[in-house]
Amino acid sequence: MPSLKDLSKKEELFSSGHRLCPGCGAPIIVRQVLLAVDTPVVVGCATGCLEVGTTIYPFTAWKMPWIHNAFENAASTISGVEAAYRSLKRQGKIDKEIRFIAFGGDGGTYDIGIQSLSGALERGHRFLYICYDNEAYMNTGIQRSSASPRGASTTTSPAGKAIPEGKTEYRKDLTQIVAAHNIPYVAQASPGYYNDLMKKVQKALSANGPSFINILSPCPRGWRYPADQTIEIAKLAVLSGFWPLYEIENGKYRITYKPRKKKPLKDWLESQGRFRHLLKEENKKVVEELQKNIEEKEKKLLALAGENA
Amino acid sequence: METIKAMTGDEVAAETIRQINPDVMAAYPITPQTEIVQIFSEFVANGLVDTEMVRVESEHSAMSACVGAASAGARAMTATSANGLALMWEIVYIAASLRLPIVMPVVNRALSGPINIHCDHSDSMGARDSGWIQLYSENCQEIYDNLIQAVRIAEDKSVLLPVMVTFDGFIISHGTERVKILEDEQVRKFIGKYNPRYPLLDIDNPVTYGPLDLFDYYFEHKRQQVEAMKNALDVIKKIGGEYAQLSGRSYDLIEEFGSPDADLVVIAAGSTAGTVKGAIEELKEEGINAKLLKIRAFRPFPQDEIKQSLRKVAVVAVMDRSASFGAVGGPIFLEVRSALLDEERRVPVVNYIYGLGGRNIGIEDIKKVFQDLIQIKKTGKVKNLVNYLGVRE
Repeated sequence: MPSLKDLSKKEELFSSGHRLCPGCGAPIIVRQVLLAVDTPVVVGCATGCLEVGTTIYPFTAWKMPWIHNAFENAASTISGVEAAYRSLKRQGKIDKEIRFIAFGGDGGTYDIGIQSLSGALERGHRFLYICYDNEAYMNTGIQRSSASPRGASTTTSPAGKAIPEGKTEYRKDLTQIVAAHNIPYVAQASPGYYNDLMKKVQKALSANGPSFINILSPCPRGWRYPADQTIEIAKLAVLSGFWPLYEIENGKYRITYKPRKKKPLKDWLESQGRFRHLLKEENKKVVEELQKNIEEKEKKLLALAGENA
Repeated sequence: METIKAMTGDEVAAETIRQINPDVMAAYPITPQTEIVQIFSEFVANGLVDTEMVRVESEHSAMSACVGAASAGARAMTATSANGLALMWEIVYIAASLRLPIVMPVVNRALSGPINIHCDHSDSMGARDSGWIQLYSENCQEIYDNLIQAVRIAEDKSVLLPVMVTFDGFIISHGTERVKILEDEQVRKFIGKYNPRYPLLDIDNPVTYGPLDLFDYYFEHKRQQVEAMKNALDVIKKIGGEYAQLSGRSYDLIEEFGSPDADLVVIAAGSTAGTVKGAIEELKEEGINAKLLKIRAFRPFPQDEIKQSLRKVAVVAVMDRSASFGAVGGPIFLEVRSALLDEERRVPVVNYIYGLGGRNIGIEDIKKVFQDLIQIKKTGKVKNLVNYLGVRE
């Protein structure tokens, strides 16, 4: 990995001046991803915050060829671009090496786009899909998605008198669903650990086939925390065990970062307004269950990585 | 030179796509389109094409992949029917608004529900405002000729719009007919090399496809789309003329059949145009002069040609193989009637909705329609503006 000093000199392919919110995790993730890329890339994007905030006609923040088609089809769209590339290359009409990256939020990936993603993974297109997971439909105003964690208060899963815990269901484990496609490279990352994230991007792009990285993307508006705390929050997610950093390379699990001193889940919950109601006495049991759930998942992950708890 | 083969509509479509040799074909099976995908897959498996075949998991992804491939700079195709077209609906509009010259055979099938696999035009007629050019084919030969011309029409610099080439499910898709096939080289020379203007894969000249387009520019972009569709009227005629030079078969926006001076006219699209031709021949033997006006291009709608063709006629029946619920009549009827509104002489126009869900239509049915027209001509009175042909009521 190049040093931070070297990275600061590298030309950025994602321009400033876009209209995403201050503190938004998505553009931080995009910059980290693109700084890890050394081959020409074509980027696809699902409808969502990232797309609407970066390409208001006639402006664009993207300095490479870029395509947005619709909400649920970033994967199938980039699969078409990649198929065109393979076809034209085979016919001798293109000689350059090009890589393909698609970005989608959790709504466009976990929910409405999961079929398109699953199909493209199964077909074996060589592309990297990055889910910037901010755990709700932020672009439409913080509605719950299947990536919203249990206990999160969103505008469609608000904590109320009858339902005091907010969202009552546990989140979908998309990373595991993608892993079940047996593609060459799958990982989870956090922008709080840019070195880890960028290494994963490089591994993903060197895989001869589909790859997927699920990146937690803190959202100050939806998660209710001050905009200057994004990186701290992205780190806390990992330190509390809420968002473990791991990779699955050709079926082999590896935990890529293990905090020396783990933080209790409560610290994570306390850091964000979307969980504030969980700190009330009536939700004590919910917090206990959430902590237990995290520990069970950690045990499973350790077992998959061949490590002892 | 050309060879003559006995082929079904689906076989013809697959063979034509082989000759076109698209860079990318993304497709999903659906009755009655399935054979196109199957046969083309064999061509791919046997190395007869340069095509990268993307066997998608749905029609939504088929059109999405075509949009990706066409934006990348590839000649991209897919094929579908009915519910498949409905599933890709959202992206059908996006393909047109991104001005991507995708060519897609649509094997006409009734749109659910209730589910039905047989022919009517509810699928493609529902997509009539999507921004796609629509060419309706009467028979297997026209599938062949229309698909080849569609590539040129779609890619014309003054058009740059996707084209649907439709043909009737089972009636044509599974009916065997005699088809004249050109040599591969003739077809490839006619369609020429594809030179995309702003391909995504031109890494050195990066472009942004599909940005957010709000109230300050969206309307202008839509206005350009309207203009492109208008330009297609001349382009379809021009390409039809060039194709006549190559094949000896000429194509226009509409086709007329029967006595030029006949004043009883039936308007139809698709295989029913052939049935109308049969009826007209029988009527001729019975001493009745009748005429067919076949709609080849429904989008763009050839209103000038239709007006011209109907300027001297006494009465017109429009055959619609789909219903437009809550509207005054079927989609073709609405357009024809509207086109004739500002004509000095008022011609009575009646509508026949027929053949929904594959309900058979024969020469006798069409002759009944002509008998109705004779009555209207005689009495000057229209009993029913919209009639339902061949339904139990």
